[in-house]
Amino acid sequence: MKYVSEFRDPPAARRLVATIESLMSRRPKTLQGAPLKIMEVCGGHTHAIFKFGLETLLPETIELVHGPGCPVCVLPVGRVDDAISIATSEGVIFCTYGDALRVPGSRTSLAGAKAEGADVRTVYSPTDALALARANPSRRVVFFGLGFETTAPSTALTLLQAEREGVSNFFVFSNHVTIIPALRALLDAEDLQVDGFIGPGHVSMVIGVEPYHFIAEHYRRPFVVSGFEPLDVLQSIAMVVAQHVEGRAVVENQYSRLVSTQGNSAAQTAIHEVFKPRAHFEWRGLGSIAESGLELQPRFARFDAEQAFRVPALSVADPKACQCGEVLKGQLRPYECKVFGTACTPETPIGSCMVSSEGACAAYYSYGRLTSLRRASGLKVHP
Amino acid sequence: MTAPARPVLAEHNAAQVALARIEAKRHKKRRVQDDVVQAAHGGGGRAMRDLIEDLILPAFDHAVAEDDQARFALSDMAALGGQLAFTTDTYVVTPLTFPGGDIGSMAVHGTINDLAVGGAKPLYLSCGLILEEGLPIDLLRTILTSMGRAAREAGVRIVTGDTKVVARGKADKLFINTAGVGVIPTGLHMSARSLEPGDVLLTNGTLGDHGAAILIARGELELASPVMSDSAPLHELVQALVQAVPVRAMRDLTRGGLAATVNEWAHSANLGLCIDEPSVPVRSEVQGVCELLGLDPLHLANEGKLLAAVPKAHAQAALHAMRRHPLGENAAVVGEVTSAHPGVVTIQTGFGTDRVLDMLVGEPLPRIC
Ligand code: SF4
Repeated sequence: MKYVSEFRDPPAARRLVATIESLMSRRPKTLQGAPLKIMEVCGGHTHAIFKFGLETLLPETIELVHGPGCPVCVLPVGRVDDAISIATSEGVIFCTYGDALRVPGSRTSLAGAKAEGADVRTVYSPTDALALARANPSRRVVFFGLGFETTAPSTALTLLQAEREGVSNFFVFSNHVTIIPALRALLDAEDLQVDGFIGPGHVSMVIGVEPYHFIAEHYRRPFVVSGFEPLDVLQSIAMVVAQHVEGRAVVENQYSRLVSTQGNSAAQTAIHEVFKPRAHFEWRGLGSIAESGLELQPRFARFDAEQAFRVPALSVADPKACQCGEVLKGQLRPYECKVFGTACTPETPIGSCMVSSEGACAAYYSYGRLTSLRRASGLKVHP
Repeated sequence: MTAPARPVLAEHNAAQVALARIEAKRHKKRRVQDDVVQAAHGGGGRAMRDLIEDLILPAFDHAVAEDDQARFALSDMAALGGQLAFTTDTYVVTPLTFPGGDIGSMAVHGTINDLAVGGAKPLYLSCGLILEEGLPIDLLRTILTSMGRAAREAGVRIVTGDTKVVARGKADKLFINTAGVGVIPTGLHMSARSLEPGDVLLTNGTLGDHGAAILIARGELELASPVMSDSAPLHELVQALVQAVPVRAMRDLTRGGLAATVNEWAHSANLGLCIDEPSVPVRSEVQGVCELLGLDPLHLANEGKLLAAVPKAHAQAALHAMRRHPLGENAAVVGEVTSAHPGVVTIQTGFGTDRVLDMLVGEPLPRIC
């Protein structure tokens, strides 16, 4: 694991933290002591931040806001209900990524449906689902397509493969989403409280760096595409802070060892060949966002689970108690939600931010209770 | 000599011979002819007896009781110590064989370890088999042979058992239940309630090997990594440890891994436990699999690892005792007990930060991205 340990070197981390501290001390007097809010867009970053306890290293004036980049967290109740309705249809094998199993719908989750007898299987990639379709010609095999531009290309390539092979019992229930419209919607929200962004490294491997320029140019917020190792995250934070104190707002690429300016054109082509933007897609906590979801192109209609199955397709309001929206917009820290840790826990999630370990609430609950306890009781966060 | 009633006698003799032949044949040990397990193998009749005589008894060195129970002299046991230990566990792993072991050896090691971590000397095991129709006989034979070998090597005897066959689809190929009996030497009491602030926590080697080996062996991940299960019987290591130092508590780190055990201890002792992440031995291959899947080696199962708590003054002696045994070569001090944050386990990361180390909710599931 030499490759990894290089990015986990404690002295290097201390040097980066010192850099961040000295940059923060250069803020104008009027801003000293005021929080600088930086959103990490991607759930992978949220996970890394908590797993390595990065929040406790940073100056307390830097507040990390956990954004909407966990594909499981933004899945709305209605779409979970649709998935369950497909999974419980006659003769169906329903294939999903593991962490979507426990996302609550309005009555139950996919895990609940499985316990009640639905044939729900955990797969690691859409090609596993296609293999199941080949092996079970008398069953209808449905893949639960989830995720951002990170996972959409593999769903697209699998559909192209299914088309080539003429597999007739394979379907995709597409809930793929795209990051740019979601970021635009967030930035347009009047109540957004974020001073800069750490951009999603894996998504950027596909879409490149250019699509983010509007954020710097139009919304005047620093944006740094970041890797997922602890040192990546700390360095990206330092880059955002540097822009902030220098009064700049540009898009920078911290993750250049894997992310190119143009991204991966083969993956982009596969996405465009197979998918097109939906007019609207609903996000848990954020509501309906134009052109933010992907559906299958007409050429792939016969693989489209939404056409092959009668799904309820209802828009179901989030549970009343749920404050995931405020959490995703940085207005509330997860533990400030009224039901955090009481009615809403990883065992009994109400909102989806409590389901996946990439979700802000689950991350606080599982890893960060010390931080939140210290914060809530006014103690120093630093141990 | 009068002419004997030859025909009658001859007939009688022929019948005797024929009957004897039939009896001999009926009692003759037959090889199981079928390729796969069938309903009849659990039916209590001939096919079941063949299965027992051809597969099970030879694998277990014919140690299994002919009667429906095994019997032991209480005096023999009493000579070993004052308390009887009794445990049971059921093994349902997929796949049935994996690098470093199989469900059979694992069923023996697991139950031995459940006894060992209470300080007991393991003596006898039972073996309950639930076979799914269609299970290949060759595979069953391999697993039973491995089970017998594991018991022999560990010096325990499989003394009673049971076999059931269920219809196809009603079980996943093969489930094994083992119960175990052992004796705890007088004067040995280990319990999480005895933990005290300042105690140190030790493990006998690298964590997560079994969990990672199983994930890879399932073949769903398109990973080829040389990770082997750590399945092994720990009773000798435990003996060496308890003879060397006073041990406050001990537990084998199976499902839920280290994280589950430390959380249970913190809860039952109502003390804080603190793990030092960089000191926890983890193989780089296992770390790699975890990085790839978004899992934590501290949540993965082990089948040959334990956690022991000893008073700080005895930490070095405990390490020394473990390292002298082949199963303790990589033993390490991984944390300590504290009075801060009762009931909560924290982990010190290599970054000098601390965070909560919680139990896993549900199974370890890989994340999407
Ligand atoms: S605690 Fe539960 S309901 Fe509240 S914001 Fe978090 S996930 Fe949503």
